[in-house]
Amino acid sequence: MTEAATEMAVDTAIKESAIKMRGTDVSVFYGEKQALFDVNLDVARNSVTALIGPSGCGKSTFLRCLNRMNDTIDICRVTGEITLEGENIYDPKIDVVELRARVGMVFQKPNPFPKSIYENVAYGPRIHGLTNSRAELDEIVESSLRKAAIWEEVKDRLHEPGTGLSGGQQQRLCIARAIAVSPEVILMDEPCSALDPIATAKVEELIDELRGNFTIVIVTHSMQQAARVSQRTAMFHLGKLVEEGVTDKMFTNPETKLTQDYITGRFG
Amino acid sequence: MTPSAIILIVLGLAAIGYVLGRQRALKTAQREGVKLHSLSGYHGQSVALFIAVPALFLLAAWLFLQPVLIESSVSGRIPQSAIPEGGARSLVMFDVRRIAEGLNQIVAGGDVSENDLADMRADVTDVRARLAEVGVALGSDVSPIVLQTAKEYRATDLTASFVRNIAVLVVALGFGAWALARIRPGLRARNISETFIKALLMGSSLVAILTTVGIVGSLLFESISFFNMYPAKEFFLSTTWNPQFRGGSELGILPLLWGTLYVSFVALALAVPLGLMIAIYLAEYAGSRLRSYAKPAIEVLAGIPTIVYGLFALITVGPFLRDWIAQPLGLGSSSSSVMTAGLVMGIMLIPFISSLSDDIINSVPQAMRDGSYGLGATKSETIKQVILPAALPGIVGAFLLAASRAIGETMIVVMGAGASAQLDLNPFEAMTTITVKIVSQLTGDTEFASPETLVAFALGLTLFVFTLGLNILALYIVRKYREQYE
Ligand SMILES: Nc1ncnc2c1ncn2[C@@H]1O[C@H](COP(=O)(O)OP(=O)(O)OP(=O)(O)O)[C@@H](O)[C@H]1O
Ligand SMILES: [Mg+2]
Repeated sequence: MTEAATEMAVDTAIKESAIKMRGTDVSVFYGEKQALFDVNLDVARNSVTALIGPSGCGKSTFLRCLNRMNDTIDICRVTGEITLEGENIYDPKIDVVELRARVGMVFQKPNPFPKSIYENVAYGPRIHGLTNSRAELDEIVESSLRKAAIWEEVKDRLHEPGTGLSGGQQQRLCIARAIAVSPEVILMDEPCSALDPIATAKVEELIDELRGNFTIVIVTHSMQQAARVSQRTAMFHLGKLVEEGVTDKMFTNPETKLTQDYITGRFG
Repeated sequence: MTPSAIILIVLGLAAIGYVLGRQRALKTAQREGVKLHSLSGYHGQSVALFIAVPALFLLAAWLFLQPVLIESSVSGRIPQSAIPEGGARSLVMFDVRRIAEGLNQIVAGGDVSENDLADMRADVTDVRARLAEVGVALGSDVSPIVLQTAKEYRATDLTASFVRNIAVLVVALGFGAWALARIRPGLRARNISETFIKALLMGSSLVAILTTVGIVGSLLFESISFFNMYPAKEFFLSTTWNPQFRGGSELGILPLLWGTLYVSFVALALAVPLGLMIAIYLAEYAGSRLRSYAKPAIEVLAGIPTIVYGLFALITVGPFLRDWIAQPLGLGSSSSSVMTAGLVMGIMLIPFISSLSDDIINSVPQAMRDGSYGLGATKSETIKQVILPAALPGIVGAFLLAASRAIGETMIVVMGAGASAQLDLNPFEAMTTITVKIVSQLTGDTEFASPETLVAFALGLTLFVFTLGLNILALYIVRKYREQYE
């Protein structure tokens, strides 16, 4: 390795103390089929990490490993180690339910519960017993909706069904619902793929604001979105991590041909 | 020619029509050098349909109307004197029909010709013995007038059948020829067969609807004649059910209604919680292997005939409840009881509820579960707060369906709860339900036109209105909540 390259590597690596989550040799199998191959990827605290790559390359699979949502799929098996603040989340001692409260998730398709807007947001705090009184709950609901930039639109109709909102509003409601349990990390799987450009812009703006309090990992198919909202980017291909690094550098000066082709739209 | 032979001929013609129609379509297209609008098969199909459908329709209508028309014309010709004292014209006509049938068989047997038959006279030949030879046994000797009428009946029937066969064939050939003649390359044969098929499907649903209307109509009709003989107020409000053979019966529906509701209540109180828990277990907790064995195993329960459940109630559950619960607690000494019938019926309903609810819970989108798990909810929290509320309308539907099943059940009640109509709160007393009494009133020895028999129809109508109401309620609930949850 040349001196310049070493310097670059030091420059782009995350400082040990800034690592929020770390995946070491993560492999995932769906039955016989292997979907991820020895992925080593760190997630930096209070920043946005974007996962990109062509369809079927394992982005969602990796994301779902981070809060063990893969446990709900019978045939799915995970090997390797993933830590949250240095603690292995696949350790049998870990309480999955508690883990998911610390690492929340927003899905590709908005999936509000068939309940009122208020109840949707109050759901998490209720089941985790985060509040002692109705007033406190009201406060959490309001602040979550505010943080998700949807409060102004729904404050007069809190008791109407959440399913009655538009797609973009529903997605922000789902983000509010995830924020309400005060997670440390929020995982987002293509959160804007069902939204129009205006709603997308709102959600992106929101992600940027949320970075102050949360660590965010986002899967996206839009290169512009990855460039706009993320600080670090990881590129997957056929179940392998191809390249990982600071977003600005990756988009201007990628190390591999594969990444360059993908980013410039020549394949994928 | 019998009707089945005619049907075969018409179908044969249709098959030939198909081939001819195809060929003609191809030929005309070739000759005129243009493309067919529809595939040649559709031309063949439309010719075949034009041959078969109107002809078979005519045949069906004719088969239905001919006996009715001949009967009314012939029966008018029987003089009043030929009708025995105290007998009815319809009974004489019954004999006439059977003799005519017998005569047909004698001729078919071959040793009597049509001419001999015309000469056959009741006062010369022993017609009764002759008929007995071909298997038509009559209660008395045949009077000349009856024989004469039978001959006329037979003659008219034969002529009419002959005309019918001709008419059917003419219609088949006529429509077939017309359909064949109008084949042009531009003919929209594809659309024509579409129309036919639509009409056919519509006709089938019409049959089902008309049958329902007919059943309700006859229920209504007989119920009205019941209410002409017995005051409606007594029927709906009296608390005594005490039919007598010689009139003066008390026919109050309340004890029966009470029994029906009580038994159904016990059954549902057992079946709904159990069925629901089974459904939740199978849908959310059980692995796919276990599920693939357990679900059919539970559904076997639904395949057991109710009479077998009845036996189980009569022989096992009834005596057990009496010896171990009712008698020690001093609640009675009857082995038939509401409890027996209710519990056994509840077991019968379990697969009903569990299977329907299981399907409904499975149809709640996975995204709902993911959303809840993603927030750190446990399985039972997810089920309680997200899945069950989303599945509720469907579950209510399943519940009401099971309720109408329970209300209509008869066999288990007869064998489990007995047949004595009572208004009582004690679930260890024998009681009975509406369905059981419908059976016993209709199978009794009383005359048909008495209130004691006709009450069965009024009971049936009440039951029908009841279950219909339940079904409408179920539909309403399902619709209302579905809108809210989508
Ligand atoms: N539940 C599952 N059962 C079996 N195979 C699965 C399952 N989920 C994903 N896979 C397989 O794992 C591989 C990675 O899938 P994954 O959903 O992670 O891709 P992705 O990168 O998110 O794609 P996309 O961009 O289309 O969402 C694919 O080949 C997919 O077929
Ligand atoms: Mg995906």
